[in-house]
Amino acid sequence: MTETVKKPSGTGSWRKGPDEKGHFGIYGGRYVSETLMPLILAVEAAWDSARADPAFWSEFNGLMADYIGRPSPLYFAEAATRHFGGARIYLKRDELNHTGAHKINHCLGQILVARRMGKTRIIAETGAGQHGVATATVCALFDMPCTVFMGAQDIERQKPNVFRMKLLGAEVVPVTSGSSTLKDAMNEALRYWVGNVHDTYYLIGTVAGPHPYPEMVRDFQSVIGQEVRDQIMEKEGRMPDSLVACIGGGSNAMGLFHPFLDDPDTRMIGVEAGGHGVDTDKHAASLTGGKTGVLHGMKSYFLQNDDGQITEAHSISAGLDYPGIGPEHAWLHDMKRIEYVCVTDDEALEAFQLLSKLEGIIPALEPSHAFAHVAKIASGLPKDHLMVMNLCGRGDKDIFTVAERLGTEL
Amino acid sequence: MNRITKRFQELRKAGRTGLVTFITAGDPNLADSARILAALPGAGSDFIELGMPFSDPMADGPVIQAAGLRALSAGASMKATLQMVRDFRAQDSDTPLILMGYYNPVYVYGTADFARDAADAGVDGLIIVDLPPEEDAELREPAQKSGLCLIRLIAPTTDDARLGTILDGASGFLYYVSVTGITGAGIGQTDAVAEHLARIRARTELPVAIGFGIRTPEDAARLARLGEAVVVGSALVGTVAQAGAQDPVSGVSDQVRNLRAAL
Repeated sequence: MTETVKKPSGTGSWRKGPDEKGHFGIYGGRYVSETLMPLILAVEAAWDSARADPAFWSEFNGLMADYIGRPSPLYFAEAATRHFGGARIYLKRDELNHTGAHKINHCLGQILVARRMGKTRIIAETGAGQHGVATATVCALFDMPCTVFMGAQDIERQKPNVFRMKLLGAEVVPVTSGSSTLKDAMNEALRYWVGNVHDTYYLIGTVAGPHPYPEMVRDFQSVIGQEVRDQIMEKEGRMPDSLVACIGGGSNAMGLFHPFLDDPDTRMIGVEAGGHGVDTDKHAASLTGGKTGVLHGMKSYFLQNDDGQITEAHSISAGLDYPGIGPEHAWLHDMKRIEYVCVTDDEALEAFQLLSKLEGIIPALEPSHAFAHVAKIASGLPKDHLMVMNLCGRGDKDIFTVAERLGTEL
Repeated sequence: MNRITKRFQELRKAGRTGLVTFITAGDPNLADSARILAALPGAGSDFIELGMPFSDPMADGPVIQAAGLRALSAGASMKATLQMVRDFRAQDSDTPLILMGYYNPVYVYGTADFARDAADAGVDGLIIVDLPPEEDAELREPAQKSGLCLIRLIAPTTDDARLGTILDGASGFLYYVSVTGITGAGIGQTDAVAEHLARIRARTELPVAIGFGIRTPEDAARLARLGEAVVVGSALVGTVAQAGAQDPVSGVSDQVRNLRAAL
């Protein structure tokens, strides 16, 4: 199954990106208005100083252990392995983190950077509400006022998370511009930030946005892959043969994949949200069904029409419902270092139920996409094939959506 | 000589501050928008900024956001915008026209094709809000080849180090964003604007247009002495929105006449 992986010229490593201006090949960069540009450069300077400071990492690692509950377990899914009869399937249990998903990893890291910058207010965008809840959580922990921009349509779809954010002390601002979903929430957060640059830090929720966000969020999320390296060595005595993760903006996938990019024998598969199918206009598969463009501060792949107007994404999973993808994924896609595939709403829904019954773990709809792909390929792989899937969030938040789709009244 | 440079020379000779008017191409529909555009020079507009509608206008306030959505739902597109310029140029060969917008539609059109087609249609300059100097090489080079000015923005947050980066390769004029905010957010303090302008003047001979938040003839008059031109956008676009079923041309023309009289 292993492909021969060529290395990018010059560096001899897949893990050295981005360059000093934030480019991964042609992707990434900093496409923001001049008002924001000096602030983006200040974020970069603060991040550069933080990453070189052992005291920063010591505080981060301490909170990761005691507040978030890391390391998350690497669990051998024996029943799922038996069920498919092929690859040995391991689940990285990031759904057991405090707040129930991987988002808390980069929220904790970024709020420590914001504090170093002397910023006193935090803003964030959210789609499903997971990043909003994680941001509100760290803001409560560090006693900073928190404003979360959320599409009016998403507020309606994700009431429990809206309530959680409010309990945590955050202000949730409904966004009614554009299509009233995640991309519009991000636009609105950027507009607010332009008007409040002096005291506000924008805590972006994925490996997207202008440099240094894609790199910074990736580095905070890389704890996932680093832990897997240690854990799989302990359990199996060797590195995995394949890694599988779902992709919206791509933070959990990048966190799992990045530490393995220079392991040529490890195959990586990113699973995009295929919605009703990538041949329809209702999906969120930016790499499979989009094309290169510039939005939200970065050059990457986006869903758009021939005139360069961004189109709406669709997924059963609100967390994957974004018309773009992080620039490092775009680059790794073009370089063919990572494979990207699609899973439809229906397949994800089936996988959601299957994993619940097989392992007693109710996954979020996002990693249900990853598990749906595992279900497609595991049986065809040899019994000594080691596969690790990132179970990046738990499904409690999704029970209403799933019940509705299954025709069950709660 | 580029129409932009020529117009600034004429204004200097006349001792007057120029009026830059912004409207969104295709708002409220393609036909009315073309009529508004055609009426602007006669009403007193010295320069025209024509907004290229975009689905995700991150630097714009609600008024210009709404205009873009109206235009897109009325069938606006990059090709329609260029056709509008071509039709305008058939009637007016003097008024400088600058396309303003976001990078994605330009990038998707193809920067070389776009620069060529825009210049052919009669465009004189481009302002791309989310394309800072660090990233603009792929548009700057074809724009220069086609004789288009790539006009750069300077904000209150721009420090001295960045000012050098911005001035290196700037052409036509500089667009000074008078407030730390989005379009239509309100006018900057005159003293603060004056201070920033002095910093810019010390480093360049290029003319400066002051924009973002200038709504009334009083606003325009107040900032007129600081720049070679002032930009009015949201206030005019708001008039288009309010016209509803009535003809927007006369309302916008009256407003432009009043602004021009204050300069």
